Amino acid sequence: MSEKKRGWKTLPRGAVPYKSSKDYKTGDWGVAKPVIDHTKCTKCTLCHFFCPEGAINVKADGYTEVNEEYCKGCGVCANECPVKCIKMEMKK
Amino acid sequence: MSAKQKMTGLNGAEASAFATRQVDPDVVAAYPITPQTIIVERYSEYVADGLVSSEFVAVESEHSAMSACVGASAAGARAFTATAANGLALMWEILYIAAGLRLPIIMAVANRSLGGPINIHNDHSDAMGARDTGWIQIFCENSQEVYDTSVEAWRIAEHPDIQIPVMINFDGFTISHTMENVYILEDADVKKFVGKRNYMMTEGHKGEGEYRLNPDCPMTIGPLDLQDFYFEHKVQQMVAMNESINVIKKIDKEFEKITGRKYEYVYPYKMEDAEVAIIGMGSMMGTIREVVDELRAEGVKAGMIKLRLFRPFPTEQILKAINNVSVLGVIEKAYSIGGPGAPLYMEVKTALYDAKEKPLIADYITGLGGKDTSPMMIRDIFAKLLKVKEKGTVTDIVSYIGVSE
Repeated sequence: MSEKKRGWKTLPRGAVPYKSSKDYKTGDWGVAKPVIDHTKCTKCTLCHFFCPEGAINVKADGYTEVNEEYCKGCGVCANECPVKCIKMEMKK
Repeated sequence: MSAKQKMTGLNGAEASAFATRQVDPDVVAAYPITPQTIIVERYSEYVADGLVSSEFVAVESEHSAMSACVGASAAGARAFTATAANGLALMWEILYIAAGLRLPIIMAVANRSLGGPINIHNDHSDAMGARDTGWIQIFCENSQEVYDTSVEAWRIAEHPDIQIPVMINFDGFTISHTMENVYILEDADVKKFVGKRNYMMTEGHKGEGEYRLNPDCPMTIGPLDLQDFYFEHKVQQMVAMNESINVIKKIDKEFEKITGRKYEYVYPYKMEDAEVAIIGMGSMMGTIREVVDELRAEGVKAGMIKLRLFRPFPTEQILKAINNVSVLGVIEKAYSIGGPGAPLYMEVKTALYDAKEKPLIADYITGLGGKDTSPMMIRDIFAKLLKVKEKGTVTDIVSYIGVSE
């Protein structure tokens, strides 16, 4: 997030975030990102269910895709994938 | 317009419970601990007798008591609890959360020494351990002050500019278990004075709204607050705490209008021409007042300053009260092992540092673990202060009064 964050004078009072959690893009936390190989993928969607961040969506064609704006690169999906079609690749 | 009042007999703990019954908060979550137990007992009787509509949560520990209050208060309810000593210590982390989340919880503390070794009697070591938690701390001298503060506290805590929890301190047993004459207001007048809970306006992710958990205006209270906002929120707390001193004054004035009882943060007694004086808090100030009168009759220019407000620390008012006294003794039922003195001494001395003319100052620790603070001991302190005056220097920075050698 590059915009200027509010200081104590303008920050809403009380311990409330003035933004939705969706506005906190956590994708830049990770050092690695999952890459899905659709040639091996069986569309089981287990990665979608196991993702602790809800950052793996199921597309209309049945394949899953990673939302890199929120994926923290934990690697749970790659670990759970029964056909091992997800590889964690280091971000550059 | 002054309200109708009636005199009745109440001990400090009963005065706290009685006033809280009149306020009838939405949630009371408490765990009994000596010498606060009476408050919880009385309140559960009020609940059993149908005299209040409060939800009484019989929790399994003080940590849970404060946690339940945090949840209730965040949901928009008025929440009350009471504790003492190790119970307060068990609440420690939640005390910070209650204050940090700006939840106007009211808590009565029947001050008791902190174990170990285990001891159930009075000193201020419990409250002093909580002095940096972000709670407003008021110390009472007698049951009347407990009653009055237990009514006023809601207005202070819930003021839209403040929103800080209030801890009402009174000495365990000495006040909590001593029956005194207390003037009480009628239920309707208390309810009118306290009114409905105020919410501060804030801005959640769905826009402006009252600061409470409300499905119509959803907001998240107290999530992760890292390097970007934690410091900023702490500064907001500090600013609100400093502002609360003016709010307390306004509410004291309003309360005076209906009860005729005038409250201050700092009470100078015979300080106009005092040469030696003692500053302190709590029930022993009554004893000191008697001794000051005796000494005055004997020709000693003695004086006294009673402190009612400890957080926020009323520096300006203390400086004014100290006036031109040349020697000041700080009396306190607390300690800071390894510190340069006990807590009140350190703060009074800090407050004095920038003053052009300041008295010599010495610390007198007394009454730990409920040891009696007798008029003879107070006389002893005044004798020591007179010696300091004569010598023009403080040789014993910290003295223990009443300890067996």
